[in-house]
Amino acid sequence: MSKHHISTVINGNPVEFLCEPQQPLLDILRDELNMTGTKEGCGTGDCGACSVTIDGRLVCSCLVLGVEVQGKKVETIEGMADGDTLHVLQRKFLEHAALQCGICTPGFLIAARALLERNPDPTEEQVRFWLAGNLCRCTGYQKIIEAVLAAAKEIRGA
Amino acid sequence: MLTKTMNPEKALKVVGTSPVRPDGVPKVTGLAVYGADTSLPGMLWGKILRSPHAHARIKSINTAKALTLPGVKAIVTGADLPDHKFEYVGPERVAVNYWHLTRNILAREKVLYEGHALAAVAATTPAIAQQALDLIEVDYEILPHVIDVDEAMQPGAPLLFEDMITRGVEPAPAKPSNVSKRLEFSVGNLDAGFAQADEIVEMSFKTAAVHQGYIEPHSCVARYGADGQCELWSASQGHFVVRAYTSKLLGMDVGSLLVHPAEIGGGFGGKTVVYVEPIAVALSKKSGHPVKVMMSREDVLKATGPTSGSSMTVKIGVTKDGKIVAADSTFKFQAGAFPGSPVMNACMCAYACYDIPNSRAVGFDVVSNRPKAAAYRAPGSPISAFGVESVLDVLAKKIGMDPLELRLKNAVKAGSPTAWGPKHAHDGMRETIEALMKHPAYKTPLGKNQGRGVACGYWFNGGGESAATVHINEDGSVVIATGSMDVGGSRASMALMAAETLGIPYEKVRSTVADTASIGYNHVTGGSRVTYATGIAVVDACNKVIDDMRARAAMTWDVNIDDVIWEDGHAKIADKSVGDHTPLSLAAIAAKRAVTGGPIGAEAAVNAGGMAPGFGAHFYDVEVDVETGHTKILRAVAAQDVGRAIHHDYCEGQIQGGVVQGIGWALNEEYIYDKDGRLSNAGFLDYRIPVASDLPHLDVIMVEVPNPNHPYGAKGVGEVNIVPPMAAIANAIERATGTRMTSLPMSPPKVLAAIDSK
Repeated sequence: MSKHHISTVINGNPVEFLCEPQQPLLDILRDELNMTGTKEGCGTGDCGACSVTIDGRLVCSCLVLGVEVQGKKVETIEGMADGDTLHVLQRKFLEHAALQCGICTPGFLIAARALLERNPDPTEEQVRFWLAGNLCRCTGYQKIIEAVLAAAKEIRGA
Repeated sequence: MLTKTMNPEKALKVVGTSPVRPDGVPKVTGLAVYGADTSLPGMLWGKILRSPHAHARIKSINTAKALTLPGVKAIVTGADLPDHKFEYVGPERVAVNYWHLTRNILAREKVLYEGHALAAVAATTPAIAQQALDLIEVDYEILPHVIDVDEAMQPGAPLLFEDMITRGVEPAPAKPSNVSKRLEFSVGNLDAGFAQADEIVEMSFKTAAVHQGYIEPHSCVARYGADGQCELWSASQGHFVVRAYTSKLLGMDVGSLLVHPAEIGGGFGGKTVVYVEPIAVALSKKSGHPVKVMMSREDVLKATGPTSGSSMTVKIGVTKDGKIVAADSTFKFQAGAFPGSPVMNACMCAYACYDIPNSRAVGFDVVSNRPKAAAYRAPGSPISAFGVESVLDVLAKKIGMDPLELRLKNAVKAGSPTAWGPKHAHDGMRETIEALMKHPAYKTPLGKNQGRGVACGYWFNGGGESAATVHINEDGSVVIATGSMDVGGSRASMALMAAETLGIPYEKVRSTVADTASIGYNHVTGGSRVTYATGIAVVDACNKVIDDMRARAAMTWDVNIDDVIWEDGHAKIADKSVGDHTPLSLAAIAAKRAVTGGPIGAEAAVNAGGMAPGFGAHFYDVEVDVETGHTKILRAVAAQDVGRAIHHDYCEGQIQGGVVQGIGWALNEEYIYDKDGRLSNAGFLDYRIPVASDLPHLDVIMVEVPNPNHPYGAKGVGEVNIVPPMAAIANAIERATGTRMTSLPMSPPKVLAAIDSK
């Protein structure tokens, strides 16, 4: 079985990789490209720990094949901060103690950013429903919701 | 030489604040290295062959074909691990039997549950390793299985171990059974106690097995060298305990195994034991290459954790003015395939919130064809609390008393008796109930199909062995290290205690977790012990360097050390009559370290006793949809005695997290087996843990009754919060619908059936 040659853009950088047709994007990121910030919690699209965006669309990278990102733009947690300046969401997660173990955090941050890009002024209920595809077992979600709302407020300049 | 430098009455400067954690930035940028994130040059991929059967005799395992597959470098089975003597070692509550443990890592004579590991392959790619698993031929003799705990206790039930004679019964039974152990705690006179009661209620309950549900599956990388030296990168709740188990299971010297603590993606008790680590080491030893082994989510649910399901009967008597006079209960716990359920904890915690003069708790540890139970947040206590706190609610209603008032009337305080002997040494239960009663929402009226339920909880909390180092750097910054895995902000709480003790800003302290070769033994991050025990080690180490710095200042000033005090980060002259010297800051002393004696640092090691238990009291407002049976949590209020919050927000976060795990246990989570003994819901889609949209705002009341045995008054906070929710929510559902739920989870079909059968 020969591998496919894929050209894509990840976090603004041109990237090429070889990929077996059945390999999930998650495995490509983690095992081939050494981008281990995207986490595997289930491999079945139920936990959201592997969330990335492809051309702006929020997806579970365990449910996307590596070959599907040919010519697309992929954004992962490694591209979220601007140099040594954290994204507002990253900073608010720290300030609000919105992570305990932190394994779900990259997925939550990617998902929350996708929400705020679509809806800069979400209600608490909208945040809770948007993030319902991301599992956290440590925090009970309270401080995550607070951090996202605080980030939205700061980004709006409110 | 150690001098008490902290005045506990002094106002605290940094303890109790909520700074950003030291390990925060790597965790929000994706750069933190968790268990599955380490890879090594020349690394192979390990995969594990698991039993498709709930119960079968292994007649043979043939690996010949798999070994010929190109890319396969090693295959191990149970025969590759040394066998162990059949004996229970360690304290009874947490006894380990290595004869059992090695058989749980890799099955030998029999497979005892679906998902039981029995062979493993190391190959150059994950795909080849998977292909090789399919080529391993196992000849099984399928045996009848048993899943339910009550059925497993019946005469004639399929036996997991043909020679298991129940321990704790005199005279010993003549016949083997699935009951590994019977135990009993009794005080007073039950007949006399129940004779005083005006109301007696006896009810039976069942609870489902539930998984810890950490988001990170188990994984590790092992590198075993031809010189017998091994390094292991593993995400666990305690790398020293991983070292102890793994070296014992492999027959290695403890010192030949160095364990690096990867960041851990949640544990909740489930990562205090080993599964993949001994297999990875065995594969690495046999192949001569580093080997990475990762579990899938399905593996995690089928072969690790969970905590026990149970069957129990609880009988309690009260007088009409609300005095609990007697309690008598039987708790039957699923241990899974090997003995060791937390039923002893369940018996001890069952009545521990209350001063009950006459009580008995009988426990049975029962094996069945399920994965071996592992610790889960206050192991055992939530299960017995579901029964006891449900019965108390029925009694409160019968005597017409507010359910918190009933609990307050009987709440323990320092000096109250326990069911297991020693008296309670700490207050906190009464204060916690009182704080909950004062919550403004406790008396607010509710609407149709809505109800409010309360419950209390108790957990021992842990102390034990910990070690910490502190080093003062030449610029006045400080590095501390412990051997306690940071599962939810403990690096931050250690740094806060160090900064407070040394009298310097939090930002000047770098807080780290060191590997097994770089610091003394630390027991697991579990039992809510780290802030307490490891915190004491950190403060002790800081006090040692303070004494060292006092000595250096005394030498500089040519005065006696007793004339030098440490205050606000400075060495100062205690009494100006011996000389008028400008105080020396920590940084100033550090800058002169070379000429005053060399490096400034200390290690402290403790085996901490004196821990204080966790007391919790919660109320939940629910609304039940009587058409669907769905229960919505409208409000959750959790009061807990934390001793003193070291990091305020992470302390609060522990309580919120425990509450939500309890809500999941109450309403959704359960292991569902089909008729063949196979798990039907081995994934997060069907094993449904709570999501953000299921939940209301979580209100936390932190009650601070300081523990005098800790320099800053800390009590463990991690666990007791999961004890009250199940009973409190059942009590709320009863108040909403008039229907008493006696079986967990209280999922919509069960609630609907209960309402419809009224």
